[in-house]
Amino acid sequence: MSGSEFVPLSLVPMLIGVCVAVACALPGNFLLLRRQALIGDAISHVVLPGIVVAFLLTGIVASLPMLLGAAGAALVAVAAIEAIRRLGKIEPGAAMGVVFTTMFAGGVLLLEMSDTSAVHLDVEHALYGNLESLIWLDATGWSSLWDPQALAYLPVELPRMAGALGLVALFIAVFWRPLKISTFDEGFARTMGMQTGPLGLALVVVAAIAAVAAFDAVGSIIVIAMFICPPAAARLMTNRLETQVAWSVVFATVAAVAGYVLAGYGPLWLGAADSVSAAGMIATVSGVLVAGAALMGPARR
Amino acid sequence: MIWEALTLGLGYNATLVTLGAAILGIAAGVGGSFLFLRKRALVSDAISHATLPGVGLAFVVMVALGGDGRNLVGLLAGGAVSAAIGLLCVNWLTTRTRLAEDAAIGAVLSVFFGFGVVVLTYIQTMSSGRQAGLEGFLLGSTAGMLQSDALVLALAAALTLALVLILRRPLTLVAFDPDFARATGRDVNRIDLAMMGIVMAVTVVGLKIVGLILIVALLIIPPVTARFWTERVDRVLLGAGIVGGLSGYIGAAISAAVPDVPTGPIIVLVGAALFLISMMCAPGRGVLSSVLQHRQYQRRVHLRQGLLALAQGQPIYERLTRRLMEQRGLIRGDGVATEEGRAHAARALLDEARWHVVRNDQAYAAAAQRYDGLTEMQKVLTPDQIRDIDARLPAPQVMMP
Repeated sequence: MSGSEFVPLSLVPMLIGVCVAVACALPGNFLLLRRQALIGDAISHVVLPGIVVAFLLTGIVASLPMLLGAAGAALVAVAAIEAIRRLGKIEPGAAMGVVFTTMFAGGVLLLEMSDTSAVHLDVEHALYGNLESLIWLDATGWSSLWDPQALAYLPVELPRMAGALGLVALFIAVFWRPLKISTFDEGFARTMGMQTGPLGLALVVVAAIAAVAAFDAVGSIIVIAMFICPPAAARLMTNRLETQVAWSVVFATVAAVAGYVLAGYGPLWLGAADSVSAAGMIATVSGVLVAGAALMGPARR
Repeated sequence: MIWEALTLGLGYNATLVTLGAAILGIAAGVGGSFLFLRKRALVSDAISHATLPGVGLAFVVMVALGGDGRNLVGLLAGGAVSAAIGLLCVNWLTTRTRLAEDAAIGAVLSVFFGFGVVVLTYIQTMSSGRQAGLEGFLLGSTAGMLQSDALVLALAAALTLALVLILRRPLTLVAFDPDFARATGRDVNRIDLAMMGIVMAVTVVGLKIVGLILIVALLIIPPVTARFWTERVDRVLLGAGIVGGLSGYIGAAISAAVPDVPTGPIIVLVGAALFLISMMCAPGRGVLSSVLQHRQYQRRVHLRQGLLALAQGQPIYERLTRRLMEQRGLIRGDGVATEEGRAHAARALLDEARWHVVRNDQAYAAAAQRYDGLTEMQKVLTPDQIRDIDARLPAPQVMMP
C-alpha cells in the first residue's frame, strides 16, 4: 500500500481510532476497579439526548454546542442516578438502568418528532458513527504531514480527539497517587485527608469528556467497548495497576488498528466488495482480546 | 384520536399491537421484578444488546437458504440464540475469571453489539439486504408490522407471562434467600437459568415493539416503580405488572394515534413518568412522604426540648420552638408558660427522670434501647413497671427561688 493512498484515506481514521480507544481505556481502568464499569455505558447512552437538545436549542449542527449539550446530559445523568439511588434507596444498577434508558428514549423521541431530516443527525449515526468518513482529502502522501497547507484541512476530529486524550492522560498522571489509593482503599484514602467524593466525581467527569469527544467522531459503541474491554483484558494479565494501565493502552491500540484494518480490508480479502463498519469491528476485536485474556491471561483468576 | 386508540378503535392491527404491548409490559414488569430483587437488573442490558448479531446472522442465513430473510420468527429465534450465548459469556466471565459482573456485562454487551453492527453493515451491502429494515430492531417499529407478526408477538407475550406466573414461587424464594432455597433441596442454578430464560423471552418478544436498546427499560422501570409502594413481594409483582402493562398500553396507543411518535421511546417515557410520580408521591418510601416524616420528627424534637426548657425555668430563644409552642397554647407571646404549658412541661420532666432511672438499670436494658429523647415511657413499659420506677425516683426537692 503506497503512502499516496494510505495517508489520505486510512491514516487519519486510524489515528482517531487509537486516540479514542486510549482516551476511553485510561479512565476505564479505574472505573473497572471501582466496580463502576457500566458508568461508561450509561454516559454513552445519554449523550444522544444531550446533542439533540443542543441542536434544537441552537438550530445548527455545530461541534461546540453539541459537546456542551452532551457533557451537560452526562452530568444530569450522573446527578439523577445519585439522586434516585439516595432518595429512593434503590440499588445503583437499577437506578442507572432507569436513568439512561429514560434519557435515551427522550432523545430518540425528540429526534423523531423534530425536523432533523435536513441535517445529518440520526440514531444509527449516534450509535455507530462513521469513522471511515473522516478522510483527509488534501493529503497526497507522507510528505503532506510536513505541508502546512494540507495540514490546515486535517479533519477537525483528529486534533480535538488528541486534545481529549491529552486531557485524560494529564488528569490520570496528576492524580495518579490519590486515584490509586482511593480506588483500592477508600477508607484509608479518607483517613489520609483525601477528598474521595470529589475525586470520584472528577473521574466520572473526565470519562464523560472522553466519551463525548469520542462520540462525535466514532459513535457510542466504540466508547462503551473501549471503556470496558481493554481494561478488563488488562486486568486478567497482571496484579499491578501500573502494568494493567500499560496493557490496557496496548490492547486499546491493537483493537483500534486491527479493527480498522479488518473492517476496511477484511471483506476484500474474503472476496466481498464493500467494507463493514469500522466501529463495530474495533469493538469485535476488543472482545476477541478479552476472550483471549480470559482463556490465557496469567492473572485470569 | 388518542381516545380512540386507548379504546382500541383504530383498526385490527393497531389493536393487536396495543394489546400485545400491554401483555409484553406485564410480562416484562413481572419477569424483571425477579431480576431487580436478585440485584442483577443490568444483566438484561447485556442480554438485549446480545440479540443483535443473532438477528443479523439469521437474516443472512435465511437469505442464503433462498428465503425472504424477513421472517419474524426466524429473526427472533436467531436473536434468542445469540442472547443465550451472550448470557453464557457473562456467566462464564464472572465465575471463571476475576472480572466482576458489571465488567462482564459491559464487555459482552459492547462486543456483541459491535459485532451485530458489523453484520448489519454487511447486510446493507448484500443485494437483497437493502430493504431488510433490520434497523427497526434497534428502536422498535410497529408501523409496517404484518398482521401475522402482531399475532405472533401477542401470543408469545402471553405465553411468557403465563410462564412467569407458574414459576413465581421458586423465583421469589431464590431472589430472597438463595441459601435457604439450596438447603431445602432446590436447584438454584436451574431456577436462575429459568429467570434468565424468562428475561430472554421478554427481550426477544420486545425486540420488534420497543427495540433492543429500550427493552431494558421495560424490565427495570416497572419493578423499581412498584417497590416504592410496598414492602411485599407479591405486591411488587402485581404493581410491576400494572406499571408495565399501563406503560405498554398507553404508549402503544399514543404511538398509534399520533404520527411520527416511535413506539418504543414513548412506552419507556410513560413508564418513566409513572416512576417519577411514584418516587415523589408514594407513601412511606416516596420523597414527599420522607420530607413530611422528617418535618414531623423535627417538630417533636423542638416541642420536647422546649417543654424541658420550660420545666427547668430556662428561657427559650429558638424561633421554631417558640412558634410551635405558641401555636399549641403552651407559652404566651412573651415566652411565659401558660397553665397548660406548665402541666405538659412537668410531665415531660417526669418522663425524662423516669428514663434516667431506666437507662441506669441493667434490668431494663431492652427498654433503654428504645430511648430516643422523644418516646414517652407509657409507650414502652407497662403501668406496673412504671410504678416500680417511680418508687425509685429521687424525692422531689422544693425549689427555692
